[in-house]
Amino acid sequence: MNTYAIRVIYKYEMLRAFETIAQSFASPVLSTALYFVVFGSAIGGRIQTVEGVPYGAFIVPGLMMLAILTQSIANASFGIYFPKFTGTIYEVLSAPISFIEILIGYVGAAATKSFIIGLIILGTAGFFVPLHIAHPFWMLAFLILTCISFSLFGFIIGLWATNFEKLQLIPMLVITPLVFLGGSFYSVSMLPPAWQTVTLFNPVVYLISGFRWSFFEVADVSVGLSLFMVLIFLAICLLIVWWIFRTGYRLKQ
Amino acid sequence: MNPEPKSADATVPSPIVSIANVSKTYTNGYQALKNVSLDIQRGEILALLGPNGAGKTTLISTICGIVNASTGSITVGGYDIEADYRITRRMIGLVPQELTLGAFEKVWHTLCFSRGLFGKVPDPGYLEKVLKDLSLWEKKNSILMSLSGGMKRRVLIAKALAHQPSVLFLDEPTAGVDVELRKDMWALVQRLRESGVTIILTTHYIEEAEAIADRVGIINHGELLLVDDKQALMRKLGKRQFIVELEKPITVLPVSLLMLKLDLSLDGCRMTYTYDPHHTDNGINSLLQAINESGLVIKDVHTTKTSLEEIFVGLVKNKTTQTRP
Repeated sequence: MNTYAIRVIYKYEMLRAFETIAQSFASPVLSTALYFVVFGSAIGGRIQTVEGVPYGAFIVPGLMMLAILTQSIANASFGIYFPKFTGTIYEVLSAPISFIEILIGYVGAAATKSFIIGLIILGTAGFFVPLHIAHPFWMLAFLILTCISFSLFGFIIGLWATNFEKLQLIPMLVITPLVFLGGSFYSVSMLPPAWQTVTLFNPVVYLISGFRWSFFEVADVSVGLSLFMVLIFLAICLLIVWWIFRTGYRLKQ
Repeated sequence: MNPEPKSADATVPSPIVSIANVSKTYTNGYQALKNVSLDIQRGEILALLGPNGAGKTTLISTICGIVNASTGSITVGGYDIEADYRITRRMIGLVPQELTLGAFEKVWHTLCFSRGLFGKVPDPGYLEKVLKDLSLWEKKNSILMSLSGGMKRRVLIAKALAHQPSVLFLDEPTAGVDVELRKDMWALVQRLRESGVTIILTTHYIEEAEAIADRVGIINHGELLLVDDKQALMRKLGKRQFIVELEKPITVLPVSLLMLKLDLSLDGCRMTYTYDPHHTDNGINSLLQAINESGLVIKDVHTTKTSLEEIFVGLVKNKTTQTRP
């Protein structure tokens, strides 16, 4: 295994995040704080509790997921798209590296950044609402798995995109609506029965539900199912990346 | 350490790069390479000449693993570039044609990145030497986007050398650079060759190939038209011209000179006689005698030899004529 290659890719991706610290870390924290002000304080004043959990605390897992999903995709997609855009990808393609090593470098760095953002948001939330994490191990497990799988998804978008518009297309038009409609700010049980069924087709519901369970032991779907869905998503992304590198789709001609 | 190239028989020098029947057809149907076969010897400088779109970049991109060949096989140091890609790629350095560099990184960081990418242990001393050799040491902490075009080109060379390759591909290394830098590049290429690096460069500057290459390959429309020793190529295909400057201009050639296939310049002051220098009777004596008998007064005479450029143009033109229906 070319560990030096993994190390330099990871290091340079992380370096990029710390060089643009305001954009990488401060911006998601500010957005989350604003969500707390709007949803937690303004709406939370009218909705006291959801399934026995104070509303301000109830939205914390959803807010974390919103930030993690969008940041994972943005970091990973930009990380691989930018070298394609500038042409510097030639160096990676001509280096003695396997696709697994490329993945560990780029996706590992993107997932690490998202993980840090998730923890920062959790810390920020602690200033607004009292938090209790019922299952810290599972909370970390869901957090790490989500960071990795959505960074993988972002990596695929970065490989697929041929311009900056396409790079933004899926995160803006698909992911953000799915997160908002996936129970970030409400419980699925609050919806009319018909919409409850429709919501179950939204994969993000399973992520948020499992993650929320790790905090409050409250879930819209079973925890096992949530974990299964995350793992399935991870496996599908890995399969797609493997196919891309095997065929050279949008990478090699 | 770089991997050792394989050699079946130590007494027979094996090519460092061996290309066998390589073809490449892009997904849009364009055939960029047509059954190309070529052996590149250890330590030589090979120049691949060809017009834009000839297939030069596709060929070296295929060897480096950036483009997948449609058919054929390539070995580097005796190792297959697909099955043993980790070994072959460590031997290869590539300087791309475009100035493809990041924007916000520092020179030093981008070099460390390149070295690490090829699985080499960090070696600041070696990288310092590379930067000093390329007159970039003072710029090691500069941001890439702040560098001039010539400096960026040198950074690309430094990146390609960062992992100490034994085969270096230079894709049009002097495209768009000034004369001084071009000469510096040529000197650098010579120094690299002296240190044992095999160099393959693509260019459409004939003078570049003429100045630094040991062998020249001519490629056009994806076909390798010929590969030969530069001097042998010029001997085989090169013609000489004997130019006679006249004291007074003439409007037509005297009848006695018509049989000698002379070209008269438009101003009537110069007659050009093309001959084969390897032929026993090159006809110069007969020409001088005929001029003397015709009464023309010679002001000056000199000879010129066909440049590689003229050979190249001739070859490409011949091939085009042959393939035209």
